[in-house]
Amino acid sequence: MPPKSDALQGSLDLLVLKILSRRSPLHGYAIMSAIQDISAEVLRVEEGSLYPALHRMEEAGWIRAQWVTKESGRRARVYELTAAGRKQLGAEESRWKAVAAAVNRVLREA
Amino acid sequence: MSTWRRVTNLFRVNGLNREIDEELQSHVAEAIANGRDPEEARRAFGSSLRHREASRDVRVGVWLDSLRSDAIFGLRQLRKNKIASIAAVLSLGLAIGSCMAAFRLIDAVLLRPLPVANADRLYEAPRHAVLKNESFTYNSWSYPLFKEIRAGVKEQAELIAASDSEPMDLTYKSDQDVERAQVQYVSGWMFPSFGLRPKLGRLLSENDNVQPGGHPFAVLSEDYWKSRFGEDPSAVGRTFRMGDRVYEIVGVIDGKFTGTEPGKMVDIFIPVMMHPGVTANDWGWLRTLVILKPGAAEEPVRAKMEVITRTLETQRMNGATDSMPQDVRDAFLNQQVWLEPAASGASDLRTGTRRPLAILGVLVILVLLIACANVANLMTAQASARAREMALRVSIGGGRWRLVQLVLVQSACMALLAAALGALFAWWAAPFVVGMINPPDNPARLLLPADWRVLGFGMVTALGVTLLFGLLPALRASAVNPVSALKGGEDPHARRRLMHSLIGVQVAFCFLVLFVASLFVATFERLSHVQTGFSAKGVLALDTVAKHAQPLEYWTQLVDNLRHLQGVEAVGMSDAPLLSGGNWSNFISVDGNPPNGISTCMRRVSPGWIDTLHIPLLDGRDFLPQDSQPGSVLVNQAFADAYFDGKSPVGRRFDIVFSGNSHMHVQAVGMVGNVRYSDLRQPFVPQLYLPFRIVGDDGKVQDMGGAELLVRTSNPNPILLAQFLRDQVPRGRPEFRVSRIRTQSEIILSHTVRERLLATLAVFFSVVALLLAGIGLYGVLHYYVMQRRREIGIRIAVGAGAANIARIVTTDAFVVLLIGSLAGLVLGMASARFMEVLFYQVKASDPAILVLPAAILFAVTLLASIPAVIRAVRIDPASMLRVE
Repeated sequence: MPPKSDALQGSLDLLVLKILSRRSPLHGYAIMSAIQDISAEVLRVEEGSLYPALHRMEEAGWIRAQWVTKESGRRARVYELTAAGRKQLGAEESRWKAVAAAVNRVLREA
Repeated sequence: MSTWRRVTNLFRVNGLNREIDEELQSHVAEAIANGRDPEEARRAFGSSLRHREASRDVRVGVWLDSLRSDAIFGLRQLRKNKIASIAAVLSLGLAIGSCMAAFRLIDAVLLRPLPVANADRLYEAPRHAVLKNESFTYNSWSYPLFKEIRAGVKEQAELIAASDSEPMDLTYKSDQDVERAQVQYVSGWMFPSFGLRPKLGRLLSENDNVQPGGHPFAVLSEDYWKSRFGEDPSAVGRTFRMGDRVYEIVGVIDGKFTGTEPGKMVDIFIPVMMHPGVTANDWGWLRTLVILKPGAAEEPVRAKMEVITRTLETQRMNGATDSMPQDVRDAFLNQQVWLEPAASGASDLRTGTRRPLAILGVLVILVLLIACANVANLMTAQASARAREMALRVSIGGGRWRLVQLVLVQSACMALLAAALGALFAWWAAPFVVGMINPPDNPARLLLPADWRVLGFGMVTALGVTLLFGLLPALRASAVNPVSALKGGEDPHARRRLMHSLIGVQVAFCFLVLFVASLFVATFERLSHVQTGFSAKGVLALDTVAKHAQPLEYWTQLVDNLRHLQGVEAVGMSDAPLLSGGNWSNFISVDGNPPNGISTCMRRVSPGWIDTLHIPLLDGRDFLPQDSQPGSVLVNQAFADAYFDGKSPVGRRFDIVFSGNSHMHVQAVGMVGNVRYSDLRQPFVPQLYLPFRIVGDDGKVQDMGGAELLVRTSNPNPILLAQFLRDQVPRGRPEFRVSRIRTQSEIILSHTVRERLLATLAVFFSVVALLLAGIGLYGVLHYYVMQRRREIGIRIAVGAGAANIARIVTTDAFVVLLIGSLAGLVLGMASARFMEVLFYQVKASDPAILVLPAAILFAVTLLASIPAVIRAVRIDPASMLRVE
């Protein structure tokens, strides 16, 4: 059961899930940079909201985390999508599209 | 899955924190590696503490986390008020422990099903008759009758014959190495019917149930096989001698089955066909167990059994019922058969201790409630000290349920600690109590495993107790009004009212426990001072058997030999010791008239027996060696009262009427004093003594296979002579052997075992209850004085005397005492009716019984109020007013 989330959190979940669906596993910093790069620096994700969101989605079972050791010897926690996450992504995407369409319509016709 | 991980995460919070920190650090490192300014990256991240909190809430679950911190806080609170907490945990632990011990006993005796298949369809069939408005239940059946009934209900039910198990002497090697084992005679088909399987060899079956005396086989219980043979598989095939027969061990049962009687653990099972009474139709020695076939209804089976029983019993009496007094005949002819569920087995321990155990259970629960009230009071007093803390919590946003949870968790901590303590106590106490129920000679053995039933019971008790003593104070503490509490004043009366009513409840229960205890103590006291009519001091009872029946002269020689031994004062011989439970009775017909309905109890005794037991000879003479049956008898005073209007019957002739309506003509040669025959509680019954010299129709004196030798020693502790006598008996003739030795005193004591147990436990519980109530009262009064010290200070300042102050402090306590005692009295009178059957010459309305608990409670209240009064009187008005 997805928790109720405000619009911003909802879109953060959507972005994270989408990134992870393309290339995973990724650690937190990589997810953040990816969102920033792809959106051409328009969307900036706060560290302060990224990690609680990641942990929340992990608890919800949408993503799965794992500790890996990188070449530098530092341990990193990497995330990848689960089957439930893929389904959630679909739901989030269609909801986003509906919201976006609705906003567009308001902008157009008001 | 996710919830579970939250729970597991709960217990590794520190590890979790580290993990979260490490992840965040790796993030910062990554950022720096990608060319960000270290300072800026860290600043962008903000407080790591905040992240940790946010992430942890997600991963642990807020509620669980709060529970954990409440538990830690609760334990810290308990540690802070060390003395109070220890007192509370100890008293609760004692109470919970008593509860668990009582549960273990009740479970083992009454509740736990036998480890057999079909336990849910297992019944016992006792017989029931009503005579002179009194109902009698008897469990014993004769085998021929059992056989007919079994054939009669074969379609609907399987019947199993099982004797009451008995400790028997047996020898595996030489006849000198006698050992004792618990033996039960059972139908061969019991084993397949109960779905029991052999661990070794074979079990008994229908084939071991054919020829009387023809199946000398034995099956061991697994427990006995382990303890006696150390699990040696070669035990199967070994032989042992028991009585005058040799038995072969054919198998060992797989599993925990140790017979059908809770309280007795059978070691050796023997086919019923080997019982000496298997062909006798007038010897009832077996219990009838019934397994209903699936789908069979109870009532038709019962009715069928009843019809067969009545028909056969009437046939057996062969017209003798005609000469019975009307009411006796009616009772006999209208006997009923009952079917009682026996999933947990059938035994005298079960029927005999059902009510005592129930009372024990109630007493224990009362003590538990008293302990709960005590702790609740303690918590309430504590809560008043914590009112400011609570108010602070409310003002910074603590929800009401959050506060209730806080206090309840603290209660639960206490209850769990107490339950752990209680479990330890129960672990020790239950076997101890079983040890006390036992007649020393024939120990009851109960399986008392600490299994999930006991564990579950303990957990439920702890939980219930938590709610009982914790909820009220929790609700009250959480209902704090922050404004008034922080200002330092709140309504003190409400809290005091709660505490007073709790004390009132305590007093009422305490009174009840004391009341019940004094009833049981009085019963025990009166029973142990019952006049038995003979002297048991220094008397040993030797069950003596001969390998083969021996002529009477040999037995007489044996008695003479013993009489001349050092330390022996007198020796007599009888068929069974007095008060050993054996019951043998018949009707008497005087001058050819029909019997008057009063039966006479019989005993067979030798010359010198009455002197050995110091029974007074009132008229006529003792038996002489030539007195024989039929011919001479001795009678007692009660006999003269019952049949000869109190006049001495010495020299008179009359008839003994045996079952089957055969008469024996005898003459009384002596009259002796009354003695208790089989029960201490019964009034003296008419008794008749027959001589051992039985002359048969062919004019020959019958041989004897066994007798009870009663030896009066000059030693105050006669059991010291036991081994000496055991060695002396076979000296003259090796055929003689002592199979068991008891003291006569121990036989008498075994009659008051239940009363002693109840009295001891009741006294123990009263002491606990008094202690708890005393502590409770003391606590409340102390709290009361603390709260009113300002007022008391002012009163002293304006000249109130010590007496005046004492009155102010204690008035409420004594009012509560009065009300509580009255309530307890009402409860006690109401419950006494339920316990009446257990009393002996004691009435609940006895003034002494009523006054004693009240006086004790009053004394305890006085004692508990002294420290508070002293404290109140010593309040120094100057310093008190200065503080304020």
